[in-house]
Amino acid sequence: MEFIISILAGVLFATAIYNLLQKQFLRLVIGSVLLSHGAHLFLLTMGELKRGNPPILTEGVSDYADPLPQALILTSIVISFGITSLLLVLAYRTAEENNTDNMEQLRGNENE
Amino acid sequence: MSNLAVLPIIIPLIAGIILAFFPKWLTLVRILSKIFIIGNLAVVSFAAWLVFNQGSIILETGDWAAPYGIIIVADQLSILLVLTTNVVAAACAFYAPHSLSDRKEKYYFYTFFFMLISGVSGAFLTGDIFNMFVFFEVLLMASYGLIVLGGDKVQLRESMKYVFINLFSSMLFVTAVGFLYGAVGTVNMAQIAQRVQEVDQQGILTTVGILLFFVFAVKAALFPLYYWMPKSYAVPNPVISALFGALLTKVGIYAIIRIFSLIFVHKIELTHEAFIWISGLSMIFGVLGALSTNNIKLIIAYNIIPAIGFILMGIAVFNQDGVSGSIYYLIHDMLIKASLFLLAGTIAYAAGSSDLRKFSGLIHYYPFLGWMLFVSGFVLAGIPPFSGFIGKVLLLRGALAAEEIAIVIIALLSSLLILYSIMKIFIRGFWGEKDESFQPKSIKGRTVPVVVLLALSVFLGIGAEFIYPSIESISKYLLNPAEYINAVMEG
Repeated sequence: MEFIISILAGVLFATAIYNLLQKQFLRLVIGSVLLSHGAHLFLLTMGELKRGNPPILTEGVSDYADPLPQALILTSIVISFGITSLLLVLAYRTAEENNTDNMEQLRGNENE
Repeated sequence: MSNLAVLPIIIPLIAGIILAFFPKWLTLVRILSKIFIIGNLAVVSFAAWLVFNQGSIILETGDWAAPYGIIIVADQLSILLVLTTNVVAAACAFYAPHSLSDRKEKYYFYTFFFMLISGVSGAFLTGDIFNMFVFFEVLLMASYGLIVLGGDKVQLRESMKYVFINLFSSMLFVTAVGFLYGAVGTVNMAQIAQRVQEVDQQGILTTVGILLFFVFAVKAALFPLYYWMPKSYAVPNPVISALFGALLTKVGIYAIIRIFSLIFVHKIELTHEAFIWISGLSMIFGVLGALSTNNIKLIIAYNIIPAIGFILMGIAVFNQDGVSGSIYYLIHDMLIKASLFLLAGTIAYAAGSSDLRKFSGLIHYYPFLGWMLFVSGFVLAGIPPFSGFIGKVLLLRGALAAEEIAIVIIALLSSLLILYSIMKIFIRGFWGEKDESFQPKSIKGRTVPVVVLLALSVFLGIGAEFIYPSIESISKYLLNPAEYINAVMEG
């Protein structure tokens, strides 16, 4: 199971990098979203995937799921969610101010 | 008493939240922000005094014992950096009303400002690597807010690059933490350091180390990952540039110091040899960038890169003198970069342009400003007896002891070029023909914070006798990770 998920995370990373190398703003945003998905999936895999019991200390139960990766992922998801929404607004404003949504045309000269 | 360790994070956070409620009442906001930052500075000074006299303050949040909960560790290095951060921040808070337009101040400048301070202090103080990622995000979020403040065309353009590169490196940070968790099964830095010794496959740890170095090198703007930095630091308002230049890249280099002195010490030959070359190349390319431009803000922004190179060089040689030099240079650079950015902002305001080709002869109108720039050029380049000199002497002594002659030569040559790049501003902008039609503007309030910062950095050089023993004890502490591990795991 870990093997499959690792490959899936790798595919997500590859797609993300491909999208990040494009010029259009929206593609860049999609790339960053996919990148964060890949990272989160990877984090989950690192804590071992298993059908354990909830990590609450009770007697007679020894097979616990690892709570730490879940906590980390939750934190990370919230952060990347916030950044993605900021990024969308920023991309919109930048495209509007500069009259282009193409990174290539966004260079401009030095001493503006 | 251990709660004192978390106050430098909490006070700015609360201040930022309070100030978000009434952004339009500018007079009140300005007064409150100054009170908060001075109060925070006082608390941090007290904490620093305690740490230097009685040892590290360690807080186990929520009373969860060390490896399980998040811990906040105020040791000598972190508290010293937090103290410097607050000094810089206080100077910026006093400079801000003179430099920002009312509109920008009303758009939550002070909220973002305090969030930034909170995030930076948190990143310095935390003893948990995932928590460090969270504080990185806090400070980055605040910096995204600050960099677009005002929403000019050029600002938006540069902030796009800034946000994307930082987002990318943050996600790599999470991945690296995932790797590390998979390998050692913990995210507490002291426990990682303990378990790293016991892992069978050292190869995976080196990979994780390089990955983390890549992440922090992006944030610290090291060669070859600095391309996003100079322009995006030069476009916002001078106060914001000063905050970014003095604090953000330094958080990255602090993380490198911490991680590579505590956790990844098992393969020094490989990683630290690479650091030597990266630091040398950072010095060369950074200083070439500074010489290539006529925009005074860009000149200062490019000068960050060789400074980071110098700090990395001390880590790379990894001996007593080298590490002391790095820490000395780190403190020195935070102060002098803030004052240089504020000076550049003042000059650009006084001259009406930041392009050196468009003004000259300012010394006739602003003699004091000119001489301040002159002195700060000397401080930055490391002319004795100023603070840059002490840092560089230690660094070079460390490098000579490690028999890295090439890096010594590069460092000395690039110091000369750094001096030239600042003197270029002085020669072109302050000397030369007097412009008779020029209308001087008042720069009264703007000079005071700069004078304070400059005085502190001059003191850092002249009072080296007084400061050096503390720096030396920090570097001994860093070179002996067992002390940190014991303090955290048993405290």
